[in-house]
Amino acid sequence: MLKFTEEHEWLLVEGDVATVGITTHASEQLGDLVFVELPEAGATFAKGAAAATVESVKAASEVYCPLDGEIVEVNQAIVDDPSLVGSDPEGAAWFFKLKLANPADAAALLDKAAYEALIA
Amino acid sequence: MSAETDLQKTPLHALHLELGARMVPFAGYDMPVQYPAGVLKEHLHTRAAAGLFDVSHMGQVIVKAKSGDNADAARALETLVPVDVLGLAPGRQRYALFTNKTGGILDDLMIVNRGDHFFVVVNAACKDADFAHLEKQIGNTCTVTPLPERALIALQGPKAEAALASLAPETAAMKFMDVATVKLAGTDCIVSRSGYSGEDGYEISVPNEKAEELARALLAIDGVMPIGLGARDSLRLEAGLCLYGNDIDTTTTPAEAALNWAIQKVRRTGGARAGGFPGADAVLKGLDAGVTRLRVGLKPEGKAPVRGHTALFADEAGSQKVGEVTSGGFGPTVEGPVAMGYVAADFAATGTTLYAEVRGKYLPVTVSALPFITPGYKR
Repeated sequence: MLKFTEEHEWLLVEGDVATVGITTHASEQLGDLVFVELPEAGATFAKGAAAATVESVKAASEVYCPLDGEIVEVNQAIVDDPSLVGSDPEGAAWFFKLKLANPADAAALLDKAAYEALIA
Repeated sequence: MSAETDLQKTPLHALHLELGARMVPFAGYDMPVQYPAGVLKEHLHTRAAAGLFDVSHMGQVIVKAKSGDNADAARALETLVPVDVLGLAPGRQRYALFTNKTGGILDDLMIVNRGDHFFVVVNAACKDADFAHLEKQIGNTCTVTPLPERALIALQGPKAEAALASLAPETAAMKFMDVATVKLAGTDCIVSRSGYSGEDGYEISVPNEKAEELARALLAIDGVMPIGLGARDSLRLEAGLCLYGNDIDTTTTPAEAALNWAIQKVRRTGGARAGGFPGADAVLKGLDAGVTRLRVGLKPEGKAPVRGHTALFADEAGSQKVGEVTSGGFGPTVEGPVAMGYVAADFAATGTTLYAEVRGKYLPVTVSALPFITPGYKR
């Protein structure tokens, strides 16, 4: 199940784990990224809490946790090479895998059509 | 009415849109922050080739002595800036500061001796206040004439000389801070060999109606690319140049800002025309006796950028605050984060390790000499 948030994150929900990244639209708005800071595996976040930070030449932006959950894995590849977020934001440049506290909550997030309407 | 409809447009606004720029409000103008290439590539391109910047939002003004003697205009300007204006030769430009009564900085500016008058360029956000300041303080002896009918284009980078010389060969012989009248786009332009990138280059004052023609002619030259305000900021930060409002303001004195070099000997204590500008006591005391805080370069040791307003501490635990970052970001040429800020004088020595509070962590930064790059000025 592929879901989106109004904060321009995508979630690929498989069972009770969601792979989370930022959308192509968000990546385009941010421009070339030069720094990515990811949470530690094992950290828990409430929905809407700042879980990661991305920085362009100009500015820092937060990436919010899209649902309550625990970080089970992070993508070191985007820390090592932040430009990956610009080249493949909705694929190889995922940010973290989140074990959802309440997997049913994912249903209430935006679907692809609703997200595309939001950014249109 | 939305704020955006109130924004002013420069004569190159339509060209920016045509070039695909992302526009942002800046100092009351709708300005290009970046073009499709993006800040990173625009920055690197300027250091490798040549970048064209629209800086038409800046304030241009003519100061002319009512007596007809340009030395009278120089003397009048010297009552407002701690700079040797009388000693500035015709065809030369000098960096200056408007100071206030407490020795703080009202704005930084460029003063050009044009022979029979002075041409002054000030920051966009300060220009109305600066024009009023000039009129109020020296309007009795000088006419102060703002030039809203002129645009300003900067051409910066190691290929700027060849690019401009292809249109006006005589500009190649100009040295850093030389200023000349040059025929470009069929009209008289005021060309100075200067800029805000740390690179060689030119700043060209051109009548509004000819600005787009000139910009298009320059952009048609191999190696010239349009550059937005985003890269303008990262370029000047690597070059160690102050941004008014961030790194200098009414609360910082020239000595605190490490701008001692801008105050020539003749205006300092013991000089033939020492003082005589607003806040002279405080400014000269700062030069003579030293200051308790100083603007310094800061090189974060890790990869995380350290932005403006970040607190700086003497210790890793964050118990002793010793300063604050005023400008910080990522330096594409340095290939890492760069910053500048004010630190207590005891912690201002090059090589001192300080700790920047970033998202609850204390990241080591090293006090570093400015600039972070080797400037390409053609002296």
